[in-house]
Amino acid sequence: MERPAPPLRPTLPSPFQDWFASKGWAARDHQIAMVQRAQAGRHVLLIAPTGGGKTLAGFLPSLIELSQTPASERPEGIHTLYISPLKALAVDVARNLMAPIEEMGLPIRVESRTGDTNLSKRQRQKANPPDILLTTPEQLALFCAWDGARAYFANLKTVIIDEVHALHGSKRGDLLCLGLARLQSFAPAMRRVGLSATVEDPDRLRRWIAPRPEVADLVLGTPGAPPRIEVLLSDQRVPWAGHSAQHAMAEVYETLKTARTALVFVNTRWQSEFAFQELWRLNEDNLPIALHHGALAPEQRRKVEAAMARGELRAVVCTSTLDLGIDWGAVDLVIQLAAPKGSSRLVQRIGRSNHRLDEPSRALLVPANRFEMLECQAALEAVAAGALDGDPPRTGALDVLAQHLMGACCGEPLSSEALFAEARSAAPYEDMSQQDFDDALSFVSNGGYALRTYDQFHRIVTGQDGLWRVRNPQTAQRHRLNVGAIVAGATLNIRVSSGRHGGGRKIGEAEEWYFEQLTPGDTFLFGGEVWRFEGVSGMDARVTRSADKEPKIPSWGGTKFSMSSHLAERVRDMIMDRDHWQQLPGDVQDWLGAQATHSAIPAADQLLVETFPRGGKHYLVCYPFEGRLAHTTLAMLLTRRLDRLGIAPLGFVCNDYVLCIWAMKPMDGLDLDALFQQDMLGDDLEAWLDESVMLKRMFRHCALISGLIERRFTGAEKSGRQVTFSSDLIYDVLRKHQPDHLLLRCARADAAVGMLDIRRLGDFLQRIVGKVRGISLPKVSPFAVPVMMEIGREAIAGAAQEAILEAAAFDLISEALS
Amino acid sequence: MTAPTNPPVRLPCGSVRLRVNGEAVTLRPSGALWLEQHQTLVVADLHLEKGSAYAARGQMLPPYDTAETLRRLTQEVTALGPGRLILLGDSLHDGQAEARLASTDVDQIDRLARGLELLWVIGNHDADGPRHLPGQTMDEIHINPLILRHEPLPAPQPGEVAGHLHPCAKVTGKGRSVRRRCFATDGQRLILPAFGAYAGGLNLRDDAFNPLFAKPPIAAALGKDQVHLIGWSQLVADR
Repeated sequence: MERPAPPLRPTLPSPFQDWFASKGWAARDHQIAMVQRAQAGRHVLLIAPTGGGKTLAGFLPSLIELSQTPASERPEGIHTLYISPLKALAVDVARNLMAPIEEMGLPIRVESRTGDTNLSKRQRQKANPPDILLTTPEQLALFCAWDGARAYFANLKTVIIDEVHALHGSKRGDLLCLGLARLQSFAPAMRRVGLSATVEDPDRLRRWIAPRPEVADLVLGTPGAPPRIEVLLSDQRVPWAGHSAQHAMAEVYETLKTARTALVFVNTRWQSEFAFQELWRLNEDNLPIALHHGALAPEQRRKVEAAMARGELRAVVCTSTLDLGIDWGAVDLVIQLAAPKGSSRLVQRIGRSNHRLDEPSRALLVPANRFEMLECQAALEAVAAGALDGDPPRTGALDVLAQHLMGACCGEPLSSEALFAEARSAAPYEDMSQQDFDDALSFVSNGGYALRTYDQFHRIVTGQDGLWRVRNPQTAQRHRLNVGAIVAGATLNIRVSSGRHGGGRKIGEAEEWYFEQLTPGDTFLFGGEVWRFEGVSGMDARVTRSADKEPKIPSWGGTKFSMSSHLAERVRDMIMDRDHWQQLPGDVQDWLGAQATHSAIPAADQLLVETFPRGGKHYLVCYPFEGRLAHTTLAMLLTRRLDRLGIAPLGFVCNDYVLCIWAMKPMDGLDLDALFQQDMLGDDLEAWLDESVMLKRMFRHCALISGLIERRFTGAEKSGRQVTFSSDLIYDVLRKHQPDHLLLRCARADAAVGMLDIRRLGDFLQRIVGKVRGISLPKVSPFAVPVMMEIGREAIAGAAQEAILEAAAFDLISEALS
Repeated sequence: MTAPTNPPVRLPCGSVRLRVNGEAVTLRPSGALWLEQHQTLVVADLHLEKGSAYAARGQMLPPYDTAETLRRLTQEVTALGPGRLILLGDSLHDGQAEARLASTDVDQIDRLARGLELLWVIGNHDADGPRHLPGQTMDEIHINPLILRHEPLPAPQPGEVAGHLHPCAKVTGKGRSVRRRCFATDGQRLILPAFGAYAGGLNLRDDAFNPLFAKPPIAAALGKDQVHLIGWSQLVADR
């Protein structure tokens, strides 16, 4: 039901008023506000929930302005540039924008341009630019490296950036922000418009959108009705351990039947394959249930999306690939299988359902184990309180800056002063030091090496005017082939084998490393079917259909999120607060009670460390609740220390809540304050990092983004292995001869943030100083059971092993509760 | 001519001693070949100045590869004190590489050449050999019962010691794979790994190796401090 239209306000010209009226709509307040800010020439950030007419609000000022000047009187060139992180979104917005333009008969030409746009269309767009161009951040980077860019964008009035919340905290966001700074210098009067979902800290995005030191105005859309979220309890029981939520599939299926269309979100690709298979096993009604994840072939994903848009599907099991994207009106239920990991992500996912603001969205959380039950409850309370996760602070990456500087110098001659000032007007780089900038510029020019043997070779050179420019057109061309801040791991096409040398139908793609661990004959699950791996030829992994019901190789990588700090804090508070326990199901309350009896319930700011013997080994289990990444780093560093203490650690396992280390010798007598002392983040970390393969992988990414090594040569793409191999050789030599080189600094910084969660670990170690509580137990505690059950699980496959596991689990549980 | 069939021996220094065409040879973890009876050290495919060759085309690889390669070579010379050092071709990455050498690296080569006989076997990258650097340029070298040349000839060649192909061994285990430079031998002939810091590698399972061996070769892969012998059946192809 739409609200009755209030009297139309004078700011909209009559064709627009008539158009809204013809639809039975009224322009919303935030749409009017966007028009007013445009008239005042302000940069603006619009924060509105999905379904609030956000995209139209973004474009409305441009449509009005364009409709008021006849095409013949407009200056040549693009009027409005729209940038979206998703190619599909650019195409979809084009379609949605055409409706009002055609219905009002406006003389406005809209075109899209993505990596898929063919050459002739690109050339036409260059010669004869549309009024509105819809594109991606990578295309903007390419524009910046054109030699005609300044003239082409001279009359640009507005740039609209969609899904800012998803872009700003990444290298892709860094590159985009630098690109915006470039555009601003082409068209100083250009207005920036950001569109975002609800975020914890809008001011940060207001700074990100504006050329610094300015701050964009904030326009808020009307919030939608609060969502209705429930936690699914299967027979009022929550399993001790596991991540698949297999126990609840029958109820999930029954719930699907009550919805018109449901999105079933999971956290990893493997979970999506598993849930899809389980749901189809139960699917007696033959409901049209589809699967969507990043490894499926793009055509297949497009097919699912199209069927969804036509309203033909009842459910889609999906990963974060559908966190963003096209609005599907028909979705009226969102199911989150396994814990949501963060309240912002949960809100975003719930927002994918029910795009009518006046009705609440419906969501169902399905915890897969007891700690996840706590997390789901915490998430539910966080969403009810409107509390979102904060984003960690971010400074712009220098490998990205290097790529941008190269691109800028491919576009036109520039002074280093102008480049520095322009880069500092991009929010991620506003505090960048002159030294860091100089290092990046010297890297772009001649590699930035202390040994000056390359002074005769440069990628960019200064002329007599003192301006930097690309050395020759070939170098510029090579740069343009390699723009972008997305580095995908090398992937192989998965093809149905039609003979010895492939060539069959492509069913998807997957990371090269996945196939490295398979031998021909192994079976695995993909796209909801079991396949037999036959071998690899060229860039293809050849597979055939398998009659097996259970795949031999179960594990499947994919994005795995760490629980956010904000949720972690809520979970810790919940555990400590006995009154809060009543919100939880009976068996979880019993479990918490048993922990209090057999071991202890830690205070909220305390770290509980349990030690106990079991099966001839000695265990140390602690409960930081800081997420898998920080726990893994902590476990690595603790085992180094324990090794030095002669404890002979044998292994460790971590999840989002707990970490467990086992060793030959007992750990009860240890000085825990010393063991958890903050100085482990100094030398121990350095020493460990230097040995780790991870840093090599990070270095490879930085080397690709910065242009030290190239992804593409004219006509040919290097396979992942070729790139990996040569970047490893470079890494070894550079580390020995210039350990403080820009790219090594970049790689270490990336590892600290992306792989190690050093900041969070540091905060944790500081928080627990003097608050480590050690308890020496005769046997495993109730809290320790879930993580103990994960030991060895990853190596175990198939249904028969599942039985062994369950038997072992039963032993553990009875031991903990006796 | 029948070669004695003594099994390979791992030496305390991490090297492996085995016989090629009847001659005892030592495979060093560095990738160098040590012919003790002849006091001769052999290394292949140094590719000196490969980094600057890329830089000249606009790809600014770190310029430390020559220094790094010479540092490792100097380590071997210091450890073994050979009377003769053979560089088995592709020692210089291209025809202009010599001119691009840093003066410190030229000095290092001069120091290396002092007190030993330095022989440059020519390869396809450095067909002319060096112009100013010390040492003598050769097409191939006979050290009975071995013959040393850069590029292996097709079909089995008993006694041939060559480089050129940059062999690498790949093995998998525990869900991971490891790929290392290696020597390759069937007891009749020997292919040396590339010694240069920036030299890439070709998987020993690649078809290019097929015509060389009468029976499947074994790989002697370069570990951190020791050489690991790996049988043909343990080796996996890259894809």
